[in-house]
Amino acid sequence: MATLDSYTKAAPPSKEPLPEGGEVGAVQSGWKLGVREFMSNKLATAGLVVLVLLVLFTFLGPIFYHSDQLNSNLLNTDQGPGAGFPLGTDGNGFDVLGRLMKGGQTSLEIGFFAALIATIIGTLYGAIAGLAGGIVDAVMMRIIDVLLAIPFLFIILIVSVRYSSNVTSLSIVLGVFSWLIPARLVRGEVLTLRVRDFVSAARVMGANRSRLVLRHLVPNALGTVIVNITFQVADAILALSALGFLGFGVQYPGTDWGDQLFDGAGNLNNGYWWLIYPVGVLLIVTVMACNLIGDALRDALDVRLRRR
Amino acid sequence: MTNIFESEAAAGTRQGDPSVEHVLEITNLTTHIELSRSTVQAVGGVSLFLKPGETLGLVGESGCGKSMTGLSIMGLLPVGGKIVEGSVKLAGRELVGLPAHQMRQIRGNEIAMVFQDPLTSLDPTKTIGDQVAEGVRLHRGASKKQALDRAAEVLGLVGLPRPKERLDDYPHQLSGGLRQRVVIAIALACEPKVLIADEPTTALDVTIQAQILDLLSDLKDRLGMAMLLVTHDMGVVAGHTDRIDVMYAGRIVESTETESLFEHMHHPYTRALLGSIPRLEQDNAERLYSIAGLPPDLASPPEGCRFAARCALATDQCRVDEPKLLSAGGGVVEHEFACWHPVDGPLDLHKLTDAEALGADVAATIGTDDEEGAEQAPPSIVVRERDMVQLRSAESEALLVVDNLVKEFPITAGILQRKVGSVKAVSGVSFAVGTGRTFGLVGESGCGKTTIGRVIVALEKPNEGKVTLSGVQISEMRGRKLRTNRRDLQMMFQDPYASLDPRMRVGSILREPLQVQGVGSAGQQMSRIHDMLDEVGLPRTALERFPHEFSGGQRQRIGLARALMLNPRLIVADEPVSALDVSIRAQVLNLMRRLQAEHGMSYVVISHDLAVVKYLADEIGVMYLGKMVEVGNGDDIYHRPAHPYTAGLINTIPIPDPRVEKAKDGAAIKGEIPSPIDPPSGCRFRTRCPLAQDKCASEEPALRSFGPGHVAACHFPLQTPVAETTTAVSV
Repeated sequence: MATLDSYTKAAPPSKEPLPEGGEVGAVQSGWKLGVREFMSNKLATAGLVVLVLLVLFTFLGPIFYHSDQLNSNLLNTDQGPGAGFPLGTDGNGFDVLGRLMKGGQTSLEIGFFAALIATIIGTLYGAIAGLAGGIVDAVMMRIIDVLLAIPFLFIILIVSVRYSSNVTSLSIVLGVFSWLIPARLVRGEVLTLRVRDFVSAARVMGANRSRLVLRHLVPNALGTVIVNITFQVADAILALSALGFLGFGVQYPGTDWGDQLFDGAGNLNNGYWWLIYPVGVLLIVTVMACNLIGDALRDALDVRLRRR
Repeated sequence: MTNIFESEAAAGTRQGDPSVEHVLEITNLTTHIELSRSTVQAVGGVSLFLKPGETLGLVGESGCGKSMTGLSIMGLLPVGGKIVEGSVKLAGRELVGLPAHQMRQIRGNEIAMVFQDPLTSLDPTKTIGDQVAEGVRLHRGASKKQALDRAAEVLGLVGLPRPKERLDDYPHQLSGGLRQRVVIAIALACEPKVLIADEPTTALDVTIQAQILDLLSDLKDRLGMAMLLVTHDMGVVAGHTDRIDVMYAGRIVESTETESLFEHMHHPYTRALLGSIPRLEQDNAERLYSIAGLPPDLASPPEGCRFAARCALATDQCRVDEPKLLSAGGGVVEHEFACWHPVDGPLDLHKLTDAEALGADVAATIGTDDEEGAEQAPPSIVVRERDMVQLRSAESEALLVVDNLVKEFPITAGILQRKVGSVKAVSGVSFAVGTGRTFGLVGESGCGKTTIGRVIVALEKPNEGKVTLSGVQISEMRGRKLRTNRRDLQMMFQDPYASLDPRMRVGSILREPLQVQGVGSAGQQMSRIHDMLDEVGLPRTALERFPHEFSGGQRQRIGLARALMLNPRLIVADEPVSALDVSIRAQVLNLMRRLQAEHGMSYVVISHDLAVVKYLADEIGVMYLGKMVEVGNGDDIYHRPAHPYTAGLINTIPIPDPRVEKAKDGAAIKGEIPSPIDPPSGCRFRTRCPLAQDKCASEEPALRSFGPGHVAACHFPLQTPVAETTTAVSV
């Protein structure tokens, strides 16, 4: 056993027997423990594998499976699965399998970027509010309360109608409207962190506020934040689907899964199942994989919950 | 290896006197705790027994399996915990393997337990009356009315004032001491045969600790139950137990009657444990004894004697062959120990113990070991050094001056946050600390000592008064100027884990003060970090580790190293050792003394433990409810206390000597510290003072001199004031 060996092992050769404070046991790093904890969660490992496969499918898939996703082919609309079209074609004659890949790229990209934007804004906002306390905190939090009361989908609709919808603009729009929850989470975390001794210790050293926020509060709230990112990704993908479903998604001929879902829904009664089930299943699987990963990350990153 | 005891071992020496019935008998109890990837062998073959009406102390460092033994008896092991071998018999009835529903009938009824933290062991949403009554209703089938009557009766028994009116109180409405009394009442409500008290006073103040221990002993006698007192504090067991079992790394290593253990201990661990406690009568110039290293990891216990790696007497035999727990024989008192090279009696704190003499001593008095063991003269168990550098000059000028400090925290209520009162944490305290000297602040929790510490390092702003560090007024500074001046003022925190950022490596933690203050280049910073690690006795490999990978003592070393990085002129140490184990405490205290001698900085040491403060401090300030009641040097405070509070505080400290401890007449401080929101008029101590008179309520006593540097604020002091010049002297 590594810990035992380092304990009973004779002293380092150079100086006195042992350092006065004793040897430091050969304990595994926090990350390794975290990874081990994560991998011991079967569902989460499955979620991670699924997510990796989805990314490979959407981003590497088009390299191996060629299909024309730029020019519609009105001679081949609404074909069922068969030779040449493993998953059939849609109303514009696009190959559905290729379309799923292309739509998946957009959905995953937007989901990820939107979550990142939301998390960065939310974390800093929450950390500053939590550290400042008092009136500043109260005002900042009331702003969040007000924003939460506004139906954000409605605003996104207006914005996305006003501006052209591409990956960047949709990411920003979704991100800017979903930082409220991470902000609240981080503020709550910071409220408990800021009275901890190590923050006092940093203040005694003369650390200024930006150092406290960036070096101490944010890294320690990071566990919560990272977990929240995965949920944010799932939320953003769903929100994007809703937008696409309503027809405000990525502009034609670009597409996302919400777009495709809308197409499929229109043909629900025609029996064109290949237009709705594949994309629906992909959407559900993606969101579930994100949520499973998030749950496991929460366990893996929480030092207090970590078993020795 | 032959040993004369091995034949006796086969006969079984731990059955005790069969004529006395044992109310609790544990034989060869082995408890394992399954973790995700290892199995901790928490309790390994422990045998012990309890006679009716006696108290057995179970002592040892944390992580030695004391609590797990208690929980095994109760059948309350944590997840993964399992009794793999042995038996637990309660009045002849086997408890191991008993079905859950039968165990529930025994638990809380025939065996009860008192836990360490009274706040977490009470349900905050239920009234204390209901909580005490719950067990009575469950086990005795009493009606609600009967159960509540019984609850009132038991609460009265444990000394809760006006128990009938208090039945409807919630735990948060009671003070810590009263809460622990409620926990004891719950345990006693069904008149159990055996009471297991797991560190019942560790979370409490010294003054309250004495009250609770006396209460437990008194109740045990009145109810005729047996008590298992689990604690790490040798002082606590000295006065309140009949017999003691010393536990180390899951094994019982020594077992005998209390007096016999303290006078004729045979196991080096017992001796070292006792030796590492700082004593009030100790010479400050001497280093404290300390046990090197840490207890072994019980997931993979070492072969041979488990103490061998930390034992200076250990030989090759100890590392291979594990000694059995055997009777010393000969004496009147049953005395068992597990050691190949036993010692006899405690360390002489005033005489240098020669290694050879020690060895000869052992062979002569015990005469139990084989010849080989006696020949290999074992080295002395603990290193003793008189090398404390006497750098302190009594004439040094004042570095830190705290002048008439007042700090109040407002209490607000209602929507408008109207101020309805204030917590008067510090009410006009003055003192001064010279360069290279140590000022100790003692008092119960809630007396304002921590607030003073936080004001000194400018974490809080005082309402009135000022803090001056070598002429510069710290308390008035703000912003960048304050941040730059902070390098002279550093702090050491109580909880070494909470004070280190868990997400930073030790290298970054130590570099941070230099970075913040912009001291040196990256290379210079690195070499400073290396030097500092050497100074606090940590290996260089520590740099890449995270705080959670260290033991408590090592973390406190990191905390001290961080405070020293900027070469401060003053370090405020807030309870620097109270979160540490006894054996580790001595190491950290020695380190603090050594570093002070080398660097010449001043300390303000804040502690509730008078012995710790006495060891470190040149001057001691005794605080009570926001006021300084007495200031003097260690000898003044300990030998000639003028204030009744100081005298009471000294008297309540548990002394690890059964003769002293059992002779105490209970002259301890009564009651609990009043609320600082509405402190008593006049002398604040008058509500608990045995000498209080009318004058104390009407007139606040001024500080009077009782000798050079010795002042106290009392109308009826225990010493005669030097001159009747009642000027408010402040050191």
